[in-house]
Amino acid sequence: MFDEMLGSGEDVRQPYQDYKNWLDHEDVRRLHRKSAEAEAFFRKTGITFNVYGQDEADERLIPFDVVPRVLSASEWRKLSKGIEQRVRAINAFLYDIYHRQEILRAGRVPIELIANNAAFLPQMIGVNPPGGIYTHIIGTDIVRTGDEEFYVLEDNARTPSGVSYMLENRETMLQMFPELFAKIKVQEVSNYPGQLRRSLAACAPPQCEGKPVVAVLTPGIHNSAYFEHSFLADQMGVELVEGHDLKIVDGRVAMRTTEGYTAIDVLYRRIDDEYLDPLNFNPHSMLGVPGIFDVYRSGGITIANAPGTGISDDKALYSYMPDIVEFYTGEKPLLENVPTWRCSEKDELAYVLEHLEELVVKEVHGSGGYGMLVGPAASKKEVGAFRAKLIDNASNYIAQPTLALSTVPIFTKKGLSPRHVDLRPFVLVSPEGISITPGGLTRVAMTKGSLVVNSSQGGGTKDTWVLEE
Amino acid sequence: MLGKTAASLFWMSRYLERVENSARFIEAGFRIALTRSASASGEWSSVLKSSGVLEAYRAKHDDFESTKVIDFLLRDRDNAGSVMVLMKQARDSARTARTALTREVWEATNESWITLNAAMAKPVSEQDLPETLGLIRQQSALVRGATLGTMLRNDGFNFLRLGSFLERADSTARILDVKYYLLLPSVALIGSSVDNVQWETILRSVSAHRSFRWLNGPDISAKAVADYLMLHKQMPRSLTFCYAKISDNLNYLDENYDRKSRSGELAQEICNNILSKPIEAIFEYGLHQYIGDFIVANNGLAAQIETDFNFQDRVG
Repeated sequence: MFDEMLGSGEDVRQPYQDYKNWLDHEDVRRLHRKSAEAEAFFRKTGITFNVYGQDEADERLIPFDVVPRVLSASEWRKLSKGIEQRVRAINAFLYDIYHRQEILRAGRVPIELIANNAAFLPQMIGVNPPGGIYTHIIGTDIVRTGDEEFYVLEDNARTPSGVSYMLENRETMLQMFPELFAKIKVQEVSNYPGQLRRSLAACAPPQCEGKPVVAVLTPGIHNSAYFEHSFLADQMGVELVEGHDLKIVDGRVAMRTTEGYTAIDVLYRRIDDEYLDPLNFNPHSMLGVPGIFDVYRSGGITIANAPGTGISDDKALYSYMPDIVEFYTGEKPLLENVPTWRCSEKDELAYVLEHLEELVVKEVHGSGGYGMLVGPAASKKEVGAFRAKLIDNASNYIAQPTLALSTVPIFTKKGLSPRHVDLRPFVLVSPEGISITPGGLTRVAMTKGSLVVNSSQGGGTKDTWVLEE
Repeated sequence: MLGKTAASLFWMSRYLERVENSARFIEAGFRIALTRSASASGEWSSVLKSSGVLEAYRAKHDDFESTKVIDFLLRDRDNAGSVMVLMKQARDSARTARTALTREVWEATNESWITLNAAMAKPVSEQDLPETLGLIRQQSALVRGATLGTMLRNDGFNFLRLGSFLERADSTARILDVKYYLLLPSVALIGSSVDNVQWETILRSVSAHRSFRWLNGPDISAKAVADYLMLHKQMPRSLTFCYAKISDNLNYLDENYDRKSRSGELAQEICNNILSKPIEAIFEYGLHQYIGDFIVANNGLAAQIETDFNFQDRVG
């Protein structure tokens, strides 16, 4: 088991030394008080999320832990290079899939994975998004198992969430422990909203005249991530719109203001493809804008991320990511994939069924930690029930080994105690380039021994530090 | 600014103002119930009527027992005008308009909701009522303080203020609408008995009993009370005061958007045609009729604001 603070042995690992020194001289009671203050701060600020299926009034806090997760500048360099390569490849892949489909012709990715992919939008074929960019905002999930071992767990090219927590966690730490940041030089994250706005504006469509008008599209206040939507709009200084604020006026998507309708150039949408346009997709959607897709195709608006981007989040496709990276960049992947068994393939399914107790099995289209089996943590009965589901619909699943995820200590009533973590760095893509905010969101499984870090499953978060050189 | 955002700001402050007015009404009603138990039922019934929820209350309860009325006005989720329902709506509006609010205003609103939810998780006993009402007033003051202290004086601020003053004018008018008969000069004709306590109750429900005495000394007359609540320029809950503010806010918006709005004209018309009459002329015209005219005109202005500033999408 690799602990990021203590390594595998007794000595504090180098990136954590200054922090641990500081911590050892801190009054434990003060830390407990600060912990409680942090919770009150989050509640007061309204940094809450709604859990689907619960009473709408039931807003929960994501637990926040006061011990930061620390990466050295060199660790970060290595990670960010690997992420950049992967993001470049994903955009090239998406462009290819919606144009000549060279990778399918070359037989490097099976055509069924696209043909049977629910996120594939035939309407996107031949459409040219500004700058050839499909995924403007990505949150690549990284896990670590050792000093040098990092793996990409998921690419989240569709609609990554959590960036507001990255920003608010840092704000909270700065408020609680200002002296710490005077002692230890940590790379800034606070310019993310500014970069996001610049990045979105740089993707303005051909019909945009003058300074691009950017807006964020939210399903509304009852959505689980509403706090993040309003936070980002507020921090960027752009309007937060809902479907009923928008309509097509003179061939452009326009928002209803107190002075009439104003055309939008770039829409950062936080609603799924399906709900985007009742005329082109789900006719029952109340969240979208009738006709927006037609405006998009004619170059009247940029939608970020582009419709149809979700195909690359498919977990069956994930297993082909190393080939995809090589195909488009001509380089070996800098970051490894987690080894993945495709249950759609007979031999691999046989192996998975035989080793269910050791494996993590996931639905190919699933997210948020729903509908998965963590073999080692499941009861015999749960494994049995899952086995039946798996046999019934094998191609709906992939399996991965249960990784010994790294741990970082959290601050508990009894002092420091290790918990498993992952990392979601946030990436922005525009014709001007790729930018990755140093750090990202560290999610932590608050229950001892648990490997599930998803906030919907009781996971918490930590501030993530990348040290200055 | 989005039309929806303007609407949310306008309604957020209307709901908050309503919460505060509700607390005042309950306080005045409670006082009567304590000191003159014989007239408690009548008083509670007029409190419910002023709040516009008498019908809803009757549908649920058969009598006007204090604890029932208080619970209905404070906590009942079936009552669209209860403090808890209004607070939730105020907070939802604030969340919708979050990008147009400062962090301070949002946090004050959110904290008010959290605090009042906790304070009213269980029915409020008569002993705890004064404290709870005090808490409601205090929370309103926090939101207002944050608004005045931190908001940019832009269109958003003016929509917030418009909501407050329209709601407040409506509330003051509704009290007068329910209690007008107590203020008629020849009450003997309608056959009710009037005394200072009841006039004071009217003043209390708009928190004006002290200021009235400072301005008028110990003499209290129906005409003076009516004049004070409707036409006094310095009294912050009078119709005249509210309309001076409403006119300012609408003028600001017209200037800001560089146009003449129908709402601006309408507010001016209300000032000129209704609020410029001296109190004698109002009594001559008929107090009840006059207040009725005002309530209709005030609602008309709210509807016009909604149209002028695109609160909703209009068909066509």
